[in-house]
Amino acid sequence: MESIKKGLKNLVWIQGLTCNGNSHSFLSINDTLLDTFLSNINILYHPILTSEIEFKDVYKRILSGKESLNFLVVEGAVSNKKNEVFFQGFDVFEILNNLKDKSDYILAVGNCACYGNFPALYNENVNGLQYRFKDKGGFLGESFKTKSGYQIINITGCPAHPEWIVRTILSLDFGYDINLDNFNRPKDFYMYLAHDGCIRNEYFEWKVEAHEFGTKEGCLFYELGCRGPLTHSPCNKILWNEKSSKTRSGMPCIGCTEFDFPLRSKYFETKTNIGIPEEVPLGVTKRAYIMLTGVAKTFTNQRLNKKLEDTD
Amino acid sequence: MLIRKRLKEKKKEEIVNVALKLFAEKGFYNTTIPDIAEALGMSVGNFYNYFESKEELAKYIMQYSSNILGEEIRKISEMDISTREKILLLVRRFIEIAEEKPELIDYFLRVFLSNREVFKEGCEGFLCVSSVVTELMLFLEEGAKKGDLRQQDFFPAFVTVMGPLGGIVFLKGENVLPKRPIEYAEDIGENIWRALKKD
Ligand code: SF4
Ligand code: SF4
Repeated sequence: MESIKKGLKNLVWIQGLTCNGNSHSFLSINDTLLDTFLSNINILYHPILTSEIEFKDVYKRILSGKESLNFLVVEGAVSNKKNEVFFQGFDVFEILNNLKDKSDYILAVGNCACYGNFPALYNENVNGLQYRFKDKGGFLGESFKTKSGYQIINITGCPAHPEWIVRTILSLDFGYDINLDNFNRPKDFYMYLAHDGCIRNEYFEWKVEAHEFGTKEGCLFYELGCRGPLTHSPCNKILWNEKSSKTRSGMPCIGCTEFDFPLRSKYFETKTNIGIPEEVPLGVTKRAYIMLTGVAKTFTNQRLNKKLEDTD
Repeated sequence: MLIRKRLKEKKKEEIVNVALKLFAEKGFYNTTIPDIAEALGMSVGNFYNYFESKEELAKYIMQYSSNILGEEIRKISEMDISTREKILLLVRRFIEIAEEKPELIDYFLRVFLSNREVFKEGCEGFLCVSSVVTELMLFLEEGAKKGDLRQQDFFPAFVTVMGPLGGIVFLKGENVLPKRPIEYAEDIGENIWRALKKD
């Protein structure tokens, strides 16, 4: 990779406690978007891309003001204590404190950087950049803003979809304002639910359930624990690998874009009390949901009770 | 427009109450629309402005009574008392209503449950009694969520509540109870609670 391209905005990607999942996701962006991305953004450093300059040099040049930093992308959880999390030999605690006021934008990519996620379960010093699970604060504090006036922009997911990452960065680069939701996630992506656009919606409406994974028929909500109706993500709008999504292939959504992702224990079960789901789809009351489903269950949609291959 | 609608609803309620009495006295099949109209002092033609047929009226009555009962359950659900107390209260209220409006329960037992063909279309499943079922679902769900009631499927729990209630008013209807049903409320409530509670 060329080290520095003049005129393009600079991006540096660093890592805290992470499995690399978001890096891998990022690298699976489609060719068209990759082209657009690389013609507009200069990746100064990314830990798993080959590069002519080492991190320490990039870091030094930014600190000395020789190089500007426009996008700082952070993957992985971080610690509020010194000397606990390292990146390329530097304490992430220090890197963040040194760069937080230098970068135009800071993006937390993936649930670990956003909320602390699994690593935060095991160590109370471990945080997301501006949240710890649902509590605002995190590493940088509640009111922290970057130079651009934005707080930390959270691209949640375990991992985040490459297009959510790339399109957010490009939008900012092109000068668009982006709206953020209550968890500082771009609304363009997170105003949708995983349920929106799921090809099983009709089964959901008529309460026809799938009883096992991987079938083409049935909704995965009641018996297999699908979190689609409670999870903010455009997974059935912006497909994975441009092709599919969990629910399309018969795997329930496990709610990986939400702060409580690691806090739940049974991923393939919808918690019920005396057979009634404890949580119901966002936006409806339990009373309304029960009434509606009761009506739906009274009738049968013949088509939905057959194997799809056998329908007319 | 709104006032018109409300007046119409009021009139419908009146028809329901009169019809319920007649059904209880003469039986569902022996009661005709002219009988009902006459008892209300209205013309048969006018009756049809409110209900298209006796079947429509029959279904409406079911929904109407289900809403009344549902509303009662809802009030109890929302009270700040223990699950056991809620169950006792539920039983008490049910029996009270059965005493205040015996024709309502009578209708349920002798018309709704015994003439399913009348309710075939438009009252499938729980459609006409969905308020009661919904409110009971919420009632039981809340109790289980709090950890007071044992986890199980809905229907066994549902019949555990409804069975004894239906049973006691049935016995009352048969005139075989030595005491007033309300005097059994405490014991019935305790039985339901013990059957449903955790452990
Ligand atoms: S499988 Fe999940 S996302 Fe799809 S319709 Fe059912 S509940 Fe919604
Ligand atoms: S479908 Fe659900 S679990 Fe899967 S990636 Fe989307 S939000 Fe995460």
